[in-house]
Parts: sequence; structure tokens; C-alpha cells
Amino acid sequence: MDFELGEDQKLMAEAAREFAEKKLMPIAEKMDEAEEVPKEIYTELAELGYFGMLLPEEYGGLDLDSLSYACAMEELARGSASVMVGLSVHNSLCCRAIYEYGSEFLKKKYLQKMAAGEIIGSYCLSEPGAGTDAGSLRTTADEKGGGFLLNGTKSWITSAGFANIFIVFALTDRAAGHHGISCFLVDRDTPGLNIGAKEKKMGLKPSDTREVSFIDCRIPGENLVGEKNKGFPIALSLLDNGRIGIAAQAVGIAQAAFEEAFKYAHEREQFGQPIAHFQAIQFKLSDMALKIEAARLLTHKAAVLKDRGRSTKYCSMAKLFASETANWVANQAVQIHGGYGYVKEYAVERYFRDARVTEIYEGTSEAQRIVIYRNLCQKK
Amino acid sequence: MWTTLEHDKYRMKIREFAESEVAPYATRIDRQQVFPEEIIPKLNDLGLLGMQVDRKYGGTFTDTLTYIIAVEELSRVCGSTGITIAAHNSLGNFPIYKFGNERQKQKYLPEITTGGKLAAFGLTEPGAGSDAGGTRTFAVKTGDGYKVNGTKCWITSAGICQTVVFTARTSKEGGTHGISSFIIKHGARGFASGKKENKLGLRGSDTRFLHFDDVLVPAEDRLGEEGEGFKQFMITLDGGRISIGAMALGLAQGALDVAVKYASKKQLDGQPLGFHQGYGFKLADMATQIEASRHLIYHAALLKDSGKPFSRESAMAKLHASETGTFVCWSAIGILGEAGLTDKFPVERMWRDVKLDEIGEGTSEIQRLVISRLLLKEADRNCSMFGFPPDWKSE
Repeated sequence: MDFELGEDQKLMAEAAREFAEKKLMPIAEKMDEAEEVPKEIYTELAELGYFGMLLPEEYGGLDLDSLSYACAMEELARGSASVMVGLSVHNSLCCRAIYEYGSEFLKKKYLQKMAAGEIIGSYCLSEPGAGTDAGSLRTTADEKGGGFLLNGTKSWITSAGFANIFIVFALTDRAAGHHGISCFLVDRDTPGLNIGAKEKKMGLKPSDTREVSFIDCRIPGENLVGEKNKGFPIALSLLDNGRIGIAAQAVGIAQAAFEEAFKYAHEREQFGQPIAHFQAIQFKLSDMALKIEAARLLTHKAAVLKDRGRSTKYCSMAKLFASETANWVANQAVQIHGGYGYVKEYAVERYFRDARVTEIYEGTSEAQRIVIYRNLCQKK
Repeated sequence: MWTTLEHDKYRMKIREFAESEVAPYATRIDRQQVFPEEIIPKLNDLGLLGMQVDRKYGGTFTDTLTYIIAVEELSRVCGSTGITIAAHNSLGNFPIYKFGNERQKQKYLPEITTGGKLAAFGLTEPGAGSDAGGTRTFAVKTGDGYKVNGTKCWITSAGICQTVVFTARTSKEGGTHGISSFIIKHGARGFASGKKENKLGLRGSDTRFLHFDDVLVPAEDRLGEEGEGFKQFMITLDGGRISIGAMALGLAQGALDVAVKYASKKQLDGQPLGFHQGYGFKLADMATQIEASRHLIYHAALLKDSGKPFSRESAMAKLHASETGTFVCWSAIGILGEAGLTDKFPVERMWRDVKLDEIGEGTSEIQRLVISRLLLKEADRNCSMFGFPPDWKSE
């Protein structure tokens, strides 16, 4: 068992770290205040191939293995968790949905442009009445005239303000419950698709999150992704990818918060010495580093196993542990900063606010525990 | 139990006021970062501006538990209002009432009680946080007063108050023995507040630096004798801790109330969310921690009024309540899911607000220091060697 990262992973991580430190960190506070990511950032990320990380070279993608992807995403999240999450949804949920389950027609039409960042994807599963219980969604897709008519509302949609396409889950067979869900691709400019107002969130503020509603939204039959009524298994399988992304995000946030706290503790003097000389602070820093290391290792294991076949249990464990770690570490980081941790001049309060959502989206911590338990009960 | 029927009736009165008059502006002042000064006359009418001060000087002089209940109920709906009242009473009024002479009390207290003006406490400095004795604001003797130079930071209500009690070093003697306390009002030449701090939470509370630039303070505005400042603020903080604990308790209670109501109404798999053990047991833990905090705080409040020593109890109360506050408000967001992350519900604001309680008025680390040192002192006085082998020696 070799714990060393390979050359591929190291290169990806270094490149992403350079981008994060040069381009994201210097503007992170401004983006948080403005609640917006400048377009140029997405353009630059596109030029470097970050919109095609999980697509094969035939579509112009980087064809990264999951471990390289996790390394890159951790570094980007360390710079800006908000910029990273848009990439995570685009790559792990939208690109993979079309690549793994889309028809040749859809793949030819969209994937090249998605890899180039010319088409940005967003993902619509959650609804006001269907969060953790995603299978109880109520958006409908009635077959009409060779296509489908969508009606319903999706909530908490990342990048909704500027995404070009939406992967949408809706009921094609209302009577069949989650066995009647299908997966669709909807272009932004389809009549009947309405984008709501930007949500005012406590964290990940620059990430554009909105409600997306469908009112008699007519889409062509060829926009069905995968088989009719087989959409729920697609959603579940995509979650594995998504969870690795979010686990990596959480590790990145935790790492950033830890670095700030470590630096501050060695600079700040009280009682005539750096506060890092006091055991209470030393023990906190040790525990923070320990938890981050464990979270990173679990995330890497999940990524490696993913590429060898499905690894739902590990993806779920990684997401759960890493997100809990990010929250705990960010809280400690604010505490180490004392009064300075409470004002916006210092980055730690932003890491504290950004960390919270990692325990909620892409499956709450409660949902992860349910998934893990179910996997524990499965015979090997 | 700790509370009487009178206390319970009082709580209902303040709760009704808080829910009808304070809760409606809580989101707005968090967004706009402005304390709603129009609420001050209403707070004054309820006697909330002079709770620790004798009626002789315009106060309402309630017992500490009544004061705690007021801070709790206001904080439950709006942390910024809670902290403004807590800082005003415990840190602003209290030192003048406790350590001032008759002339000072007559001169300064009526304005900041029934007069409806706010008071603030200038202790913390950029280089003196947990090390509050590391004061570097200097008060140099000149004529029949002092010339003061220095900077204070993170001062609650600095920009909207009238009167400030502050500490400064009057003696070159290092450490804590050379510190004195003074009273000053806005308008004094050379005394100014800085820009409003852009904070994580309590954004409706006005927090700023205070700058002293060759400010002349007459000797008659010094509280007590020279060199008594450290002892005075330690006593002030002992009491202030209980009110910050009450603030955290109120915020936690508010978050719990929202989370429980949500978990009782939101359905998951045909049952209320709270019926599922993963969520229900979390609520149980939240509620139990809040109850424990409540008992610690109320006990400390009663001890304070009894005249018995209460430093250990107030430190424990503040420590437990503030850490509980962060845990409960953080968990409440999880119960509400994505919606809890937005300003549609107050829980994310409560979490941002309550985090300050682990930091202000003595960080959790300082509370642990206070408690551990008091425990060791008690052990020292206790001659019994219970639990030790008879021949045990400490070398």
C-alpha cells in the first residue's frame, strides 16, 4: 500500500494550488462581500481545463482519475470554496450524468463545449418538499408530442444564475414513486424555465444559489438522459462523485482555516509570549491537524476505490467525516483568533461560515449515516 | 427551582415585548449593521437600562436573576439587542455604581439609566485581550487630572453610547498594579470612536475602536484610587460573565424553539422529522445542554446576590452556556437543512451571534484558566488526603 501521491496527482495539486493562491485567495474576501464570482475567474479556469476534469480526451477533457480530481478540488477549495463548488457540480454531477448515461446525440451536442467551459452545468434534484427524501420529489415530466412538459420547482440550485444547462430529475410515472423518476437535460433559454432570485446565504456567498421553476416547460424527447423511469439510480450513482468533491472541499476549507490559526497563534502575543506557547492552543492545533489528515486520507481512499468500481460506503464516510472536520476545525480557528476571529478583516470567520453547508448539501450528515449503515448491512 | 412566580411573570412580559417589538427588526439590523436607536426609549420604559443600579440614581435595581431573564429573553429573538443591554448594564453602569463615589454616581448614573443613554466599557486593547492586564493606554498625571493616550478595541456600543468607563495605566509599575479606571463622555476633546467593525455576527450591535489622543480627564472622574483598576474590572467581569452566559442561553433557547417546532411539523417518511432518532436525539441533547446551562447561570446569579463568592460559578456558567450556545445554534441549522443556511430562518444568524459568547468577556480558555486555578486553590486549602496512599509524597 503506497500512501505517496503519484506524479499525476502531485502535478494537478500543484497547478491548482498555484491558481488558488494567485487568483482566488487575493479576492476571496471581496467576492464574499459582493456575493459574486467575477466572470474572468471562470474563463481562466476553463482555459486551464478545469471544466473538463472528469471527461475523456475525446471531448477535450483532462480525463483525471478520481484521486487527481480530489487533490485538485481540495486545493481550489482552499482558495475559494465558493468557486470550487460550481466546478464540483459541473464536473461531478452534470458532465458525468451526460457522459455515463446520455445518448450519443447528447454527448456530441454538449460534452465538448462543457469541457471547454462554454456550457456550464447545474443540477436540479432538491425541491422545497424533497430534500433528504429526494425520492419524494414532485416535479413532473408529462410526455407530450414527442417531448416532455415539465412542471415543478427545484430549490438550492448551485450556479443557477448563470448555468447554461440544467440536469433535472422529474416524475414521468407519478404512481411509481421514486421508480417513476427520469433524468432530463434542460437548456437555460427553454420557455417555461424560470430562475428565481439569488438566495441570501450565510456562507458560500459568492456561489449563485437560486430556485429554478418549470411552468409548462417543453423539452424535446432527445433531452431524456438515460432510460425513462430510471432516473433515481442515476441520481444515486452520481452522488458518489459528488461526495468525493464535497469531501475534498471540506478538507480544503479545514486546511485553510488551520493554516490561518497556526500562523496567528505564533504571531499573537499575550502574557509576554506567543499564544502558541500555551498548551490549550497547542492541543487544539494538534487535534485540528490530526482530523484534517484523517479526513484527507479517507477522501483519497474513497477516490481510489471509486475508480475500481462503486464505493458508496467510503464516499459517504469521506463526505461525513471531512465535513464534520471542516466545521470543527473552522470553529477552533475562530476561537484561536479571539476577537480578531470575529471580524471580516480576518479570513477565518468566512471559513467558519463556508464550512457549515458541507454537512448539509449532497446529503446531510444524517443521510450519510443512513447510507453507511445500509452498506454495513450488505453482505460482502 | 430558581425562579419565583414573579420571575416567571416578568419573563412573559419581556418575551411578549421581545417577540412583538424586537424580533421584527432582527434580520434588518443584521443586514444593515445599524443598531435601532428608536428601541432605546422602549427598553428604557421597561426599566432595562438601569437594572443593576439603585433607584436613587435612576435604576430599577432588580435582583440579578430578573436581569438575567431580561437579557435571556431579548437575546432569544435578537442577539444584537441582548448584548447591547448586557454590556450597558453589566459593564457600563455597574462599575460606576459599584466603585464610584456619591458625586460620580449622582453625576453620571441618571443619564445612563432613566435618561435613556447608553454606556460602554473600554477595557480591551489590540495588545491586551485575554491579557487584559497588559494595558498600554496611559493616563499621565497633569495638573489636577490626567492626560490619556491609547486605543481600545471591540467596544460594544462605542459609537452610540454617551458614557464610557475605561482603564488606563497610571503607574509605570508593570503588570496589573498600575491600572486605574476612569469615566468619560463622548464630546471630550481628543476622544473619538473609530469606524464600525464589520463582524461575523451581532452585526446590529455597534462595535468600534476608541481612540484617546491627549485626552484630559479630571482626577474627580477616576473611579476609586489609583491602582485599583485591575481589581475593579475583575469584579465587573465576574458579574458580566453571568449576563453573557444569559445571552448565549437566550440565543440557544431561540434556536432550539425554532428547531423543535420545525422537527414537529416537517414530515419525513410519513412521520415528523423529530420522530426519527437521528434528529430527535439531537434535539434531546440540545435541550439537555440548555437546561444544564440554565441551572449554572441561575445558580451563579443567586450566589452573586447572596454576597457569597461566585467567581468559579460565573466562569463555569459562562463557559458552559457559550459552548452550548454554539453547539445548539449550529445543530439547529442542521435540523432545518438548506433552509437553515438562509435568512428565511433566524438560526444561521443566531449561530453567528452566539459565537461571540465564547470569546467576549473572557474567552473559554480564560474561563478554564479561572476555574482550574480556583479548583487548585481549594485543593490546597483542603487538608484531607482522601484517595492517596498514606506514604505518598509529591516530590
